[in-house]
Amino acid sequence: MNAEVAIEARDVTKRFPGVVANRDVNISIRAGTVHALVGENGAGKSTLMKILYGVQKQDEGTLSVNGREVSFGSPTDAIADGIGMVFQHFMLADNLTVAENVVLGSEKLHGIGDDAHAEIKRISDAYGFGLDPDALVERLGVGERQRVEILKVLYRGAQIIILDEPTAVLVPQEVDALFDNLRELKAEGHTILFISHKLDEVLAVADDITVMRRGTTVGETTPADTTKRQLAELMVGSELPSPQSEHTTVTDEVQLEVEDLTLHDERGRALLTDIDLTIHRGEVLGIAGVEGNGQAELVETIMGLRKPSTGRVVLRGKDMSSWSTRERRDAGIGYIPEDRQRHGLLLDAPLWENRILGHQTREPSVKGILINRAGARADTERIVDAYDVRTPSIDTLSAALSGGNQQKLVVGREMSGEPVLLIAAHPTRGVDIGAQAAIWDHIRDARREGLAVLLISADLDELIGLSDRIEVILRGCLVGGFDPQSVTPQDLGSAMTGGGEEAAS
Amino acid sequence: MSIVNRVATALIAPLVAVVAAMVITSVVITVVGDSALEFWQIVLSAPADRAYVNIVNQATMIFLSALAAAIGFRMNLFNIGVEGQYTIAAYSAALFAGAAFLPGLLNVAVALLLAMAVGAFWAGIAGVLRVTRGVSEVISTIMLNAIGLTLVGYLLNTYGQQTGNARRTPVIEVESRLPGWTPFLERDGAVFNLVILAVLAGVGYSLLLNRTRFGFDLRATGFSESAATASGVNVRKMVVISMLLSGAIAGLVWMPALFGQAHSFGTSFQVGLGFIGIAVALLGRNRPLGIMFGALLFAFLNEQSNRLTLETDISQDIVQITQGVIVLAIVVAYEVVRRYRVAAERRNVSSRPEGDAKTPEESVPV
Repeated sequence: MNAEVAIEARDVTKRFPGVVANRDVNISIRAGTVHALVGENGAGKSTLMKILYGVQKQDEGTLSVNGREVSFGSPTDAIADGIGMVFQHFMLADNLTVAENVVLGSEKLHGIGDDAHAEIKRISDAYGFGLDPDALVERLGVGERQRVEILKVLYRGAQIIILDEPTAVLVPQEVDALFDNLRELKAEGHTILFISHKLDEVLAVADDITVMRRGTTVGETTPADTTKRQLAELMVGSELPSPQSEHTTVTDEVQLEVEDLTLHDERGRALLTDIDLTIHRGEVLGIAGVEGNGQAELVETIMGLRKPSTGRVVLRGKDMSSWSTRERRDAGIGYIPEDRQRHGLLLDAPLWENRILGHQTREPSVKGILINRAGARADTERIVDAYDVRTPSIDTLSAALSGGNQQKLVVGREMSGEPVLLIAAHPTRGVDIGAQAAIWDHIRDARREGLAVLLISADLDELIGLSDRIEVILRGCLVGGFDPQSVTPQDLGSAMTGGGEEAAS
Repeated sequence: MSIVNRVATALIAPLVAVVAAMVITSVVITVVGDSALEFWQIVLSAPADRAYVNIVNQATMIFLSALAAAIGFRMNLFNIGVEGQYTIAAYSAALFAGAAFLPGLLNVAVALLLAMAVGAFWAGIAGVLRVTRGVSEVISTIMLNAIGLTLVGYLLNTYGQQTGNARRTPVIEVESRLPGWTPFLERDGAVFNLVILAVLAGVGYSLLLNRTRFGFDLRATGFSESAATASGVNVRKMVVISMLLSGAIAGLVWMPALFGQAHSFGTSFQVGLGFIGIAVALLGRNRPLGIMFGALLFAFLNEQSNRLTLETDISQDIVQITQGVIVLAIVVAYEVVRRYRVAAERRNVSSRPEGDAKTPEESVPV
């Protein structure tokens, strides 16, 4: 093992007006390793990362790179010392090619012509990125875009690469590909700091793990010396929740019935084919599937955001096929959208106005045709309390909250007003473990009260733990049902990829 | 963020913009060889009584025009067509009121409604084109401006009453005129009675947007079309309705002057209010109070600039540079302040890693 230290932070403290975001952070990253930094949302990972990349400057403590003490005034200084960063949200120009994106801003390094091209090709081949320098970025998938970002960083000569939640946007296969790339990079002597809160991934890829909680580093370990459960307990500092099935609350009363639903896109390709499903009062129906197999379309069709080619959607005996989205919501459908920032929130509006969104026609947000400010504000306070949304006030803009807290607000809102059906697309995505358990509890409680839930999730543990029944969706068709009591993630995984097609259906 | 802080950040942008505009205007005046000192002495001197009246009257019309633009802006619709909408509405209302089908004030009331209907119709064309054919409202309203102005010119030239070498619509009868209120001497002119329209429209706009479900839907659409759709807002319907509303307000723009001073549509018709309105809407951040101050400022500058021609050699067009720079500077300043605010809120949130930061818990090594 290489004992040389690539980056070391000692007693780093960063204060923001009034509060301490990082306190006595100590981390030491060995050169040529993959080092994972884990912690809940708001544990101070982002602040530390920004300090390491020169975006912010620590108030106390020292940073050293390759044994030399450094002081970064800006990311430019960090880049000069061989540190590169890949942000969670890609910063690529869609209408430019891979090569143009990579060269942009670093034209001095290898020019903008053949030299640059050759260098990009060389890096891509060396690490098995498989990128075509002339491909337009808008044609690339998420995984490829991420590789372009990594390539950008390597092109600028980074030896130490910081990846901020790189797997959050990837599907499982892409995660595997990313990990192969990371191992490749490590083999070539690069050092990688990998920020995540997905413990399985951390255990799979990291050499060392540092855990942060409440703004400080609380422990260091290696995958060999720890278990997922121990890590998680270290992260939350308390008892660990897990979704566990309890006795069934399923009734005979049908809440939602989808019959022969087929949906085509503008070009006539089938996105959904003959979907039939039924959800009863008090039942959670889980939909498993690799992302992009029609889950989003199914949800949007039930919500009335897309018009099906054929088929009916019936809520409590009433055919709502011709209803608008608003009528469906008024009938008692709660909707936790997959992309909360685009579909679930008004980012530039305060929390209490976000409480009204989707409930523009219902108490307590409105009175007749008027907005009921007092009612909406009081109910927002309730949600903030009940769902532990961490915010200075309900007048804070929702854009200012962390992703997990945004999600808690959305979930709290959609569970209010006693919905009869909840459509939950990835309800705990990007949410920290503590909040995840709280959201699960809320869903379970509501189910006991008779809520019917359509649960879409990429987290198989969540699906198995919460659902009363699981259906697998593949290429727009439901290809088989499973009983969560007896199914294993492996069974589901094989059905999701089409391996178990015959056996399941 | 405290209230004081909020107010301070809200005021700082306009202040910076005005100061920047003064500096740049001064530089331009100096460069062309005039005296900046003289310019500011005249522009910033106390207005004459007559000027006060004119400022209020002009500000009223600018306010209505800006409000019309602001409704669209609040949901990311760029109604550039206020100019055409108010022209064609003013012509229609003048024609109707001049024909004297109805007596006295009833004539005025119906003419106002007609102006709103015509303005709404003209803007509605752009709204319908946008939702049915996907035509950008920017393009269609600009084209509708050209069509509207040409149409009115043609109708006036063909059917208007000849007076001297110009044409106009029939003059409104005395009992349907609104004499206005004279705060000073008779010769200093009168404040239009229909200034009340601006007040009503401003209050109505504020209530509609901030207190009603419809207003919430409209603002939600402006914030995020995708989130609004998912929440059940019918965005297509909203586009058409807000264009109609925007056009209806636009239809009122010249009404105060029509009934208070001009009494017919002809050479006394004031063009250009629609474009000033867009600038003032930006200046006032689409908020009624902000728009009111913006409208007063622009009207003040216009009015004071008249004295430049009388008392100096400085071109009165210099004032347009001042106005232009104010708008440019304010857009930049608002964006800077907005980013500062979001960053401040983010800091405020992220600085509380675990809600209230209590004493650190014991670290548990693995």
